Amino acid sequence: MKRKTVMIDGNEAAAYIAHKTNEVCAIYPITPSSSMGEWADTWSAVGQKNIWGTVPDIVEMQSEGGAAGAVHGALQAGALTSTFTASQGLLLMIPNMFKIAGELTPTVFHVSARTVATHALSIFGDHSDVMTARSTGFAFLASSNVQEVMDMALIAQAATLEARVPFVHFFDGFRTSSEVQKITQLTDNEIKAVIDDELVFAHRQRRLNPNQPVLRGTAQNPDVFFQAREACNPYYLATPGIVQKTMDKFAKVVGRKYNLFDYVGDPEAEKVLIVMASGADTVDETVEFFINQGEKVGAVIIRLYRPFSIEHFIDSLPVTVKKIAVLDRTKEPGAIGEPMYQDVVTALTEQPDRFSVMPKVVGGRYGLSSKEFTPAMVKGILDELDKEKPKNHFTVGINDDVTNTSIDYDHAFSIHGEDVFRGMFYGLGADGTVGANKNSIKIIGDGTDNFAQGYFVYDSKKSGSMTISHLRFGSDKIKSPYLIGSANFVACHQFVFLEIYDVLKSADPGATFLLNSPYPVDEVWDHLPGRVRKQIIAKKLKFYVIDALNVAKVTGMGVRINTIMQTCFFAISGVLPKDEAINKIKEAIKKTYGKKGEEIVQKNFKAVDETVNNLHQVKYLSAGKGAGNGAGIVSDKAPEFVKQVTAKIMSGQGDELPVSAFTADGTWPTATTQWEKRNIASEVPAWEPDICIQCNKCALVCPHGVIRMKVYDKALLENAPETFKSTKPRGRDWEPNEVYTLQVAAEDCTGCALCIEACPVKDKTDTKCKAINMVDQLSLREPERANWDFFLSLPEVDRGRVKQNTVKGSQMLQPLFEFSGACAACGETPYVKLVSQLFGDRMIVANATGCSSIYGGNLPTTPWAKNAEGRGPTWSNSLFEDNAEFGFGYRLTIDRQIQFAQELVRKLTGDIGAELAVAILNADQSEEAGIFEQRDRVAELFEKLERLDSPAAKQLRTIADNLVKKSVWIMGGDGWAYDIGFGGLDHVLASGRNVNILVLDTEVYSNTGGQASKATPLGSVAKFAAAGKSSNKKDLGMMAMNYGNVYVAQVAMGASDAQTVRAFMEAESYNGPSLIIAYSHCIAHGINMVLGMNQQKLAVDSGHWILYRYDPRLADEGKNQLKLDSKKPTIDLKDYIYNETRYKMLTKSMPDRAEKLLGEAQKAAVKRYETYYQLANAPAKAGD
Amino acid sequence: MNLDTSYLGFNLKNPVVPSASPLSRDVDTVKKLEDAGASAIVMYSLFEEQIRHEVEEIDFFMDQGTDSFAESQSFFPGGHDFIRGPEAYLKQIRALKEAVDIPIIASLNGSTSGGWIDYARRIQEAGADALELNIYNPPSKVEETSTLIEDNIVNILRQVKVQVTIPVSMKLGHYFSALPALAKRLEETGVDALALFNRFYQPDIDLEKLEVVPSVHLSTPDNLRMPLRWMAVLSTLLKVDLGATTGVHSGQDVIKLMMAGADVAFTCSSLLKFGPEHVKTILNEMETWMEEHEYESVEQMKGSMSMKNVSDPEAFMRSNYMKVLSKYK
Repeated sequence: MKRKTVMIDGNEAAAYIAHKTNEVCAIYPITPSSSMGEWADTWSAVGQKNIWGTVPDIVEMQSEGGAAGAVHGALQAGALTSTFTASQGLLLMIPNMFKIAGELTPTVFHVSARTVATHALSIFGDHSDVMTARSTGFAFLASSNVQEVMDMALIAQAATLEARVPFVHFFDGFRTSSEVQKITQLTDNEIKAVIDDELVFAHRQRRLNPNQPVLRGTAQNPDVFFQAREACNPYYLATPGIVQKTMDKFAKVVGRKYNLFDYVGDPEAEKVLIVMASGADTVDETVEFFINQGEKVGAVIIRLYRPFSIEHFIDSLPVTVKKIAVLDRTKEPGAIGEPMYQDVVTALTEQPDRFSVMPKVVGGRYGLSSKEFTPAMVKGILDELDKEKPKNHFTVGINDDVTNTSIDYDHAFSIHGEDVFRGMFYGLGADGTVGANKNSIKIIGDGTDNFAQGYFVYDSKKSGSMTISHLRFGSDKIKSPYLIGSANFVACHQFVFLEIYDVLKSADPGATFLLNSPYPVDEVWDHLPGRVRKQIIAKKLKFYVIDALNVAKVTGMGVRINTIMQTCFFAISGVLPKDEAINKIKEAIKKTYGKKGEEIVQKNFKAVDETVNNLHQVKYLSAGKGAGNGAGIVSDKAPEFVKQVTAKIMSGQGDELPVSAFTADGTWPTATTQWEKRNIASEVPAWEPDICIQCNKCALVCPHGVIRMKVYDKALLENAPETFKSTKPRGRDWEPNEVYTLQVAAEDCTGCALCIEACPVKDKTDTKCKAINMVDQLSLREPERANWDFFLSLPEVDRGRVKQNTVKGSQMLQPLFEFSGACAACGETPYVKLVSQLFGDRMIVANATGCSSIYGGNLPTTPWAKNAEGRGPTWSNSLFEDNAEFGFGYRLTIDRQIQFAQELVRKLTGDIGAELAVAILNADQSEEAGIFEQRDRVAELFEKLERLDSPAAKQLRTIADNLVKKSVWIMGGDGWAYDIGFGGLDHVLASGRNVNILVLDTEVYSNTGGQASKATPLGSVAKFAAAGKSSNKKDLGMMAMNYGNVYVAQVAMGASDAQTVRAFMEAESYNGPSLIIAYSHCIAHGINMVLGMNQQKLAVDSGHWILYRYDPRLADEGKNQLKLDSKKPTIDLKDYIYNETRYKMLTKSMPDRAEKLLGEAQKAAVKRYETYYQLANAPAKAGD
Repeated sequence: MNLDTSYLGFNLKNPVVPSASPLSRDVDTVKKLEDAGASAIVMYSLFEEQIRHEVEEIDFFMDQGTDSFAESQSFFPGGHDFIRGPEAYLKQIRALKEAVDIPIIASLNGSTSGGWIDYARRIQEAGADALELNIYNPPSKVEETSTLIEDNIVNILRQVKVQVTIPVSMKLGHYFSALPALAKRLEETGVDALALFNRFYQPDIDLEKLEVVPSVHLSTPDNLRMPLRWMAVLSTLLKVDLGATTGVHSGQDVIKLMMAGADVAFTCSSLLKFGPEHVKTILNEMETWMEEHEYESVEQMKGSMSMKNVSDPEAFMRSNYMKVLSKYK
């Protein structure tokens, strides 16, 4: 029987087996493992059963620690239980892993191995997480590719049941977890044949059962613990044999043969590489290449890493081996060598008899954080082994010019077969390129005998992000787990990329180049950057163009060019005969859109047909005239570091930077987004001074800080660019000689249009025109660049002249958070920007991992900025779970050092002068004016200290800046505050210390892709709440208010911007813990993001989101501390929620349940308001 | 007192029929209408376009932002099988059929030829006793000539009649150059009744926000004149059943329409305003009037003041306009 082949990624392969062979999965989302849990949840939600005929329970917990605890409990109660995780998640599971292993409990944890955060966070893959867990007593089984993930997942599950030793089954994060491959799917019968039901029964028999009571988890003393700990030894000794036996059984059933250590290469090899996981496929492929060239090389692929069987390992090596390189995908600073290297050295030392001469062993590091690992690097390592004294503890793939660990290799070396199609597709996240390529893989994988591979690279920005799809097709199995370095097909779906990136760098001579061009076929050549023209000529590329956007427009496809570009690919790539390919696309369209109606199918068919008619080959003769090479990627005014380092990363050349380019401790400069002119908006707002009422609401809601206002002396306009606009300022605060300008940073704008929605005025003669209107960006780009530069040259408004506690006043202040990579129309960043405007020059930020840490701190450029004096927010991210504690630590230090500094000021009064000392010690810093005065005093103090040489003066010099009030901000999303970090948050709130906590509440895990949190509202659909969440949103504010001494505010900028600004001012001024919970609309709500602020208003109008401020200080005035800022609900809940897909989708999938949940949610909204109303109107309690 | 009438082939106990409105979304309300005496009910309209739009919108927003960022390649759980058709509406037909004994007339507003046919068939299969085709497409392009518009209406009817065996009525607006001619064409094409008229959607302007806002204005008794006049004219010209709608608020209104030639009187605004029990009030008023004026049955009065039966048929014609003008002077 021909087995079913499927085009899936590693995560789906692992989840498939886990779901088939377990009864319970307790999970917590973490990149890149999240989709394993999501697949399992989806399958259970639609009633898919495991091999025993029951639907597994998939449960999302509040953290990986919680998931591991639940897994432990479920196992003890006798269920077959699994989990999926990575990186910090695995680290949080370690305590339970020791327990689970110590109790000899069979389970498999599927891990998409990911870098553990050190000097920086990385979502990408290496083995630092699994290596950290290697002492837990779990067995570790590695998979090299997607097929192996499915196979090893089953082998691990079968082996753990017999061995009773729990397993970590791991594979490389992203490289394998997210690589799409054509693989053979295991059938239920095959799975059943490999799993022994008797062992399942035995596991259940060991469960905690009141009918046969036992005790586990005792506390033991020195007399017995040691012996009892050694009692498990036989199980570990038996495990390698059991795994091999299971692999043999698997081979019998399925036909694919694995060993604990698989040797590939020449039987008489003299040079052998030892490697584990996806790197093994690269080594395997390269070794095969050299064997065919007659070289005596080989490699050992480690599959069962723990328990490490020396016997099996030694047996796997050819006796002829003279030199061994052990390749570790992890780094253990301070160790003698990386873990696998040490294991191999130890193994050889323990069994030296097999070899006449003990082989020379070197160890090296490769591929940290998914750094590419290519055949060229493998060749470099083999070449290094040829040296008399090969470098030990080497690195490969980087240029270490500091400690010179890196080995050289020939970057141009490549081993790809000519019959393999290698295509690279540059697209925008929003244009559907990745989706279309996934579809192409399905078409080719399903419809032909070809093997297929797809890997997708995303950039660091959430808006206007570029994607590069790497697709390989071939008649032989594809073992190339690395990016395409030489492509025979390159497609560029966005013309603008040609100016920014070296798109044709990887194009082979004679390759096909497909360009989506807004210019006609006979004009496009002259619009290409000169560099691109030269490459096309030099490489003799077959150059095709299409105006995909136009085809999309005329065929009713809108802005989605995916089907069109996919059709072009099939039409000219030659992967399939053209007609056959077109037919297959149409079949795929029918399959995908058939359910959605014939009209949509026909629309797509029309797009396909029109594409063929509009696809043209460009005939070129010479380099020709026209566009130049494009401007430098950053301005000449940029700091040197930005030019030398940041600009390289921005242009996709980060791999070329040497170690010396970086600080050793992960410190980076702030204020770098200003140098990255992304030009991603097709339309940007343009100001109409005559209509504008200068309310500044547009600036308040702008998520990217691109709308700015200044009032300045009219005389400064002397050198203004021609199109620079200004008008008379409104209000009494300004002088007659002053003018007002609203300026847009057109090159930094994402074109989200939130500002247009926020603008409250309309042109009296043409009501579709407001005081700002969206206009074409391209035509404005040049003049607005000059206008923006001129605007920046104007002085900032004196902070003392504006009313900072008003919307209008706050927006005259310079944002110190600008041009972030957040989603267009993000609902979080307007709050973050506001904080930076109000307190940025003295704020220190602790940022929980999540969206805000990604748009706040992901390279290449970061948005936290500085003012003209060089002051600005200083920012750090510790972890996801500890953010409140992390920020609390800031406070502890600041408070301690204020105390110490004050002590020293007192001590040095004689030296610095009594007047200054008293003024510093008694400074009133409750208002900004007082802070500025203190800043002047401390500056004077520093001057005096410079002249002093006493130990006390030296001490004071290092901490005196703390005498100026600092503003500690702890910020993050609801996943952090409501779930994983709640314990810490609660503790910090209870501490009474002066910290400001901002919860950017999107009511769902946004960064990891929409998993439910405890902030998710009743009735809303999210991952792990596919049937609509059945419990109420946690009332975090109410919990915090219970302490009585916490300032608490709930805000929604779109509903009341004035209340928002007031809340931020009050929270910061409160000398104690403050908590602001800010409603943040989000792309994960499935809304029209342009109307995000409107949804905020509806959330308040419906009673879903109540606006209030709870100020403990009011008790001193005999007032009720709680002030309700929103009115009784004026609309039904449905009029708010059914504008959002997260709610509405349930009405189309489970209408009865949707109605039931709506009813419950409506009641809850009414009750919630009543509760708050009663609290706010209760008589004040004295001394509260 | 015999209030019996017939419409779409049904013998109805009286001519008061609640027309398409949100009242029929709730089974209990429909029960109340039946208890109050409603002789049949027209369900709220099924808008094909709205169903399709809603699901397309969900697809669009579920897709928004996907495959763009490494950590969040999607935002919603998979596995949802969306109801893309009129299942909820069909379910409501079944529920109403179960709950009440009066005829259930479904109301369909299609947007594609496929939709008209498919939905009509499924409405019949769900158990509806009759189907009202709600044609509502006010022209807004200069290319849309009256001929094209009328041809389209006739075509829709033709297509639907081929697909279903239950009686089919058509609900039209009054903006036709030659309504009698169109009505005749529809009769010849097989329509079983005409329901006149659709209330035209007339948005308002919010002067504070300078925005166009949707507004629903309930009819007033004054609005009765339009259908009244056309009942008198069309009942003379056609054989098909006629239902009159707009402005029916009292028993006297119903009686007037019957006299003009209507077979049933649809009411909506008065029920939204006064509640389902208002049907009873209308019926009581009818009976009282008929008693006072010694009418024995509705059949007796039907068409008694239609164009052909009044002494002065021109009262329904242009001359009436002239008379009004001269009176005014």
